[in-house]
Amino acid sequence: MKILTGNDLKSGAVTWWTGYDWSIHVEDAVDVGDQADSILAKEEAARRVNAPYAIDATRDEDGNVRPAHIKDRVRALGPTVRPDLTLKPADPDHRDWVI
Amino acid sequence: MYKYDQYDQAMVDTRVEEFRDQVKRRLEGKISEDQFKPLRLMNGLYLQLHAYMLRVAIPYGTLNSAQMHALADIADKYDRGYGHFTTRQNIQYNWIKLEEAPDLLADLAKVEMHAIQTSGNCIRNISSDQYAGATADEIIDPRPYAELLRQWSSFHPEFSFLPRKFKICVIASDTDRAAMKLHDIGIQIVKNDAGEIGARFYVGGGMGRTPMIAPMIRDFVPLDQLVTYSEACLRVYNRYGRRDNKYKARIKILVHELGAEEYTRQVEEEFAHLLDQGVEPPLAELERIKTFFPNPPYDKDASDEIDRSDPDFAVWVDRNTAPHKQAGYAIANISLKPIGGIPGDASTAQMHLMAELAKDYSFDECRVTHAQNIVLPDVKKSDLYTLWQKLDEAGLGTPNLDQIDDIIACPGLDYCSLANARSIPLAQRISERYANNGKSDVLGELKLKISGCINACGHHHAGHIGILGVDRKGVENYQLLLGGSEGADTSLGKITGRGFDEDGVIDAIEKVTDLYLDQKEDGERFLDTYRRIGMEPFKEAIYE
Ligand code: SF4
Repeated sequence: MKILTGNDLKSGAVTWWTGYDWSIHVEDAVDVGDQADSILAKEEAARRVNAPYAIDATRDEDGNVRPAHIKDRVRALGPTVRPDLTLKPADPDHRDWVI
Repeated sequence: MYKYDQYDQAMVDTRVEEFRDQVKRRLEGKISEDQFKPLRLMNGLYLQLHAYMLRVAIPYGTLNSAQMHALADIADKYDRGYGHFTTRQNIQYNWIKLEEAPDLLADLAKVEMHAIQTSGNCIRNISSDQYAGATADEIIDPRPYAELLRQWSSFHPEFSFLPRKFKICVIASDTDRAAMKLHDIGIQIVKNDAGEIGARFYVGGGMGRTPMIAPMIRDFVPLDQLVTYSEACLRVYNRYGRRDNKYKARIKILVHELGAEEYTRQVEEEFAHLLDQGVEPPLAELERIKTFFPNPPYDKDASDEIDRSDPDFAVWVDRNTAPHKQAGYAIANISLKPIGGIPGDASTAQMHLMAELAKDYSFDECRVTHAQNIVLPDVKKSDLYTLWQKLDEAGLGTPNLDQIDDIIACPGLDYCSLANARSIPLAQRISERYANNGKSDVLGELKLKISGCINACGHHHAGHIGILGVDRKGVENYQLLLGGSEGADTSLGKITGRGFDEDGVIDAIEKVTDLYLDQKEDGERFLDTYRRIGMEPFKEAIYE
């Protein structure tokens, strides 16, 4: 699947396109098919996101979205070396998910 | 320490307000990201993996306690309670909000600091010897010269849009502690046969994609021509540097392609032309700057004895302190490399503590080193024990300066958008491995440096052992280099062969150090043994 990501203009937080808005949770990302360019242009112009781009991702049978590249998985969760600063500080498996 | 005059302060304050307006216009949509990006970069604000990242300039790595406290307060108020000290002797914050950046810069300006020229194709923060002014082995304190060049290069209109970024280092000792020959311009303050002080110029060094050791192009520039000669070096580069190709745009490529001799000829020609153009500030300005760097009021009766009865303290003294020019004093190194920790990171509490200790024990001054540690330059020997106890309590007393676990590591893929692989977890695991196997203590001096990509912010080319993270079909992979050095005997590391995964590279390093322990002769450091026996035996040990 193709999903969209960028950073929030004001806060810089990593965000994912949900179909109508931007969420900080990669689980909320939706497949945009071949619509990536038009959504990105519109959203960037509306200043709802900064430096957005489209990436490949997969969705497992439980519906969990996993970006194809490790860089986007690090972005999705937070630094692997500071679990306390990730989106899931209590999740002991977060590092495995990233790598 | 240098203190801002009204011009310095006015320039910095004006820039903060200008940036405040630029941010406002960006948030209101009056300028696009394409228009805004160069403006934010001019103020040190990058967009990284998780948020905006701010790089704050620390001129030649020197801070007073008020500044260190302010850096800690900023980490609390605008970031997540920590900062990262870098190989450029700067500090970076990883979680900055664009809307708060102008207030942050205003807070910095209150303590005479800024983030100007910490990004972009301009002259970056000048680096220097972290022992400047305190060590016995320098001919003069290099900081006034670094400060003179800071003032000359700040907002220099001709050099604001160079072909690429430009880094200058100033030292005044044969013991190069600042990787001077790996800078675009490395300046060593020297004394000639007549006893006059002048500057020796090395131009065209650097790491990154194409590492080069800077050749010396002039062995003595009189001090009243220091700025003019620097200007000539920059002018030739600005005119002929490769603006057509980002990867060939650094001065090292120009010097290499022209040849050091031809580049020097052009610099000398430009220099001769500039000499009567009035570029040089009057020597009185240098003398004025020098008055900001007096010797601290040392206690001339301070005892030269150190009570070494606590064995842990004795180890720290042996490893983390260096001789001082003043009897009764020592230079103390605070390691930001606890076993299993993140190299260069310091929490708010640790920064506040280091500020307090600088105030109480080191005449209100501390230094950031390019090895991502902190130095208290002027500590009375009789205060060392109390100092160490306070450091140790706060996790800052690791006795590992220049040992295998005193690792330089760039932020890598955990933070940096340019990264191929993570650097920090490797550093953590290597330091843990060597703490557990007990070999760290017997290895002696061994500098290990890790970069998460070819940009080499982690100085991997200059590591006795270097690690470079690469992307192998989307998977992290690590190349191993041996034999680099950054001191007076600067050399570039060579790649051992095919790369490794994370576990593999750590195992390979242990094989390398085991071979060294097996082969070393009396008094040899790892680097000496490597230079004596060469790469082959190490390769055999790694890939057998
Ligand atoms: S070396 Fe590469 S990964 Fe490391 S900080 Fe520099 S640009 Fe980022």
